[in-house]
Amino acid sequence: MESVERLKGICQDVRADIVRMTNAANSGHPGGSLSAVEAMVALYGNVMNHRPADPNWPERDRFFLSKGHACPVTYAVMARTGYFPVEELVTLRKLGTRLQGHPSCKALPGIEVSSGSLGQGLSVANGFALSAKLNRKPYRAYCLLGDGELQEGQIWEAMMTAAHYKLDNVCAIVDYNGLQIDGDVEKVMGIAPLADKWRSFNWHVIECDGHDIAQMLAAYEEAKQTKDKPSVILMKTVKGKGVSFMENVAGWHGKPCNKDEMKQALDEIYGKGNGQ
Amino acid sequence: MSLMTLPTRDGYGHALVELGATNPDVIVLDADLAKSTRSDWFQAKYPDRFFDIGISEQDMIGTAAGLALGGKIPFATTYAVFVAGRAWDQVRTTVCYSNLNVKIAGAHGGFSAGGDGATHQALEDVAVMRVLPNMTVILPCDAIEAKKATIAAAKMEGPCYLRFAREATPVFTDEGDVFEIGKAIVMQPGTDVTIIAAGPLVYEALLAHDKLAQEGISARVINMHTVKPLDEVAVLAAAKETGAIVTVDEAQLAGGLGGAVAEFLVSHHPVPVEMVGIKDTFLECGLPEELATKYQLVAKDFVAAAKKVIARKAK
Repeated sequence: MESVERLKGICQDVRADIVRMTNAANSGHPGGSLSAVEAMVALYGNVMNHRPADPNWPERDRFFLSKGHACPVTYAVMARTGYFPVEELVTLRKLGTRLQGHPSCKALPGIEVSSGSLGQGLSVANGFALSAKLNRKPYRAYCLLGDGELQEGQIWEAMMTAAHYKLDNVCAIVDYNGLQIDGDVEKVMGIAPLADKWRSFNWHVIECDGHDIAQMLAAYEEAKQTKDKPSVILMKTVKGKGVSFMENVAGWHGKPCNKDEMKQALDEIYGKGNGQ
Repeated sequence: MSLMTLPTRDGYGHALVELGATNPDVIVLDADLAKSTRSDWFQAKYPDRFFDIGISEQDMIGTAAGLALGGKIPFATTYAVFVAGRAWDQVRTTVCYSNLNVKIAGAHGGFSAGGDGATHQALEDVAVMRVLPNMTVILPCDAIEAKKATIAAAKMEGPCYLRFAREATPVFTDEGDVFEIGKAIVMQPGTDVTIIAAGPLVYEALLAHDKLAQEGISARVINMHTVKPLDEVAVLAAAKETGAIVTVDEAQLAGGLGGAVAEFLVSHHPVPVEMVGIKDTFLECGLPEELATKYQLVAKDFVAAAKKVIARKAK
């Protein structure tokens, strides 16, 4: 178990990785990656039972990235927890890389399922959780969803299925940053009141600040302790969190920093003068 | 001689029950059509390994993918038209791109759900499943072969689409016949022309063979139960040895078995090909045999195509 302070330090590195790798690729999705940093660092650092050196270890908990475009944060967290060398991160999106622009499980060990077409991950998490129940195994399924992604109908089908089969080994995490490509989620296609919707689908709902590591750890623990129903963590987040000019700007959904912007971003992440 | 008739979906149901007894990892999913698809036969015997996902085909495919990741062998079952249409993106992105061990059963394939009309007739499923990397596509010709194909699908690793029919069709293969995925079966030898068919239309092709024989034409009949991977050896031999090919599809002409055969031949051994199938149109309601007659998918149509393609052979 890492201390909260140590996890916060990893969050800094992961944020910097996201900025650097999308800059190196000159494409990719920094906004919705930066919003999920604390959720992912907490999950891989202290919550999931996994072995980075043995990514196919059968007893591991599984993480399913339903919002596949946020793979920069997944890759960075995987690298920072020992799945592969940090130096490989800058190969993102380049020909021959294991770090595909949207994650491929055939390319990179540790990615459980390929994703990128939105709305599909929660169903997969459910199926895996069903297999765990059938096998009488304690491993759990975690699934990161975007808030805009909830506009996909399949998510709501999967919400019904998880509750119907009482899959208390499923923990969904919604990156509730309020923005999608075309603008404010509530203006594009409203999803509020979100907590009420999940509750009415018979889920246990946990609301928290998605940038507070301690709150995230507590939320995961509450989900783990919840029996007979699936849990969802609705974490309030800021798209582009940690880089001032990216924060709450939808335009940074799928746009990388240029060189000058990257320098400023790294200064903000590490403190001025510590950014290299 | 009058043959027993059974729907190929019955073969699927029998196979599931057998698999349930022999392989504890086999899981069956359905989307509220368990009685129609025969998956309820499995449900009755193995209720703990059967999951109704409700009327949500996309979620069913994703759930099956997750089960496969957990080491299970899921059979996701519903009508062919729905799984191949509505859930195609889930089949593509989650199942095929990840190359997961998911089996997909499409019941009521072709126009075997005739009375339900065009919404329930699956005429594009073979084409859209065939173009997916990693996917295997199988159309069993009768209930006996359907059972063997289902058991073979459970034994192979990777995504597999199986198409079954609603209507009872002649049972003309034997329990003892060898079934191997990807290995076509020559049902009748012949030297003048080859008719390549899949699914219950193989029986019509055999009837066409008999009619042609009466006119002194020697027609080879190939049961291409596995549309993908195509048995290229069998197709090449047929092209070289008979010089003319007729394909028959209970599907749109574009992209089906005929398309697969033509794609292969055009770059390996071009010979005249006549493709019999649905000509870029939605059908209507009617009994399957009425539709087959109206839309020209019965033995006499294959005979006409055979004569036409023989006439096109280089003199």
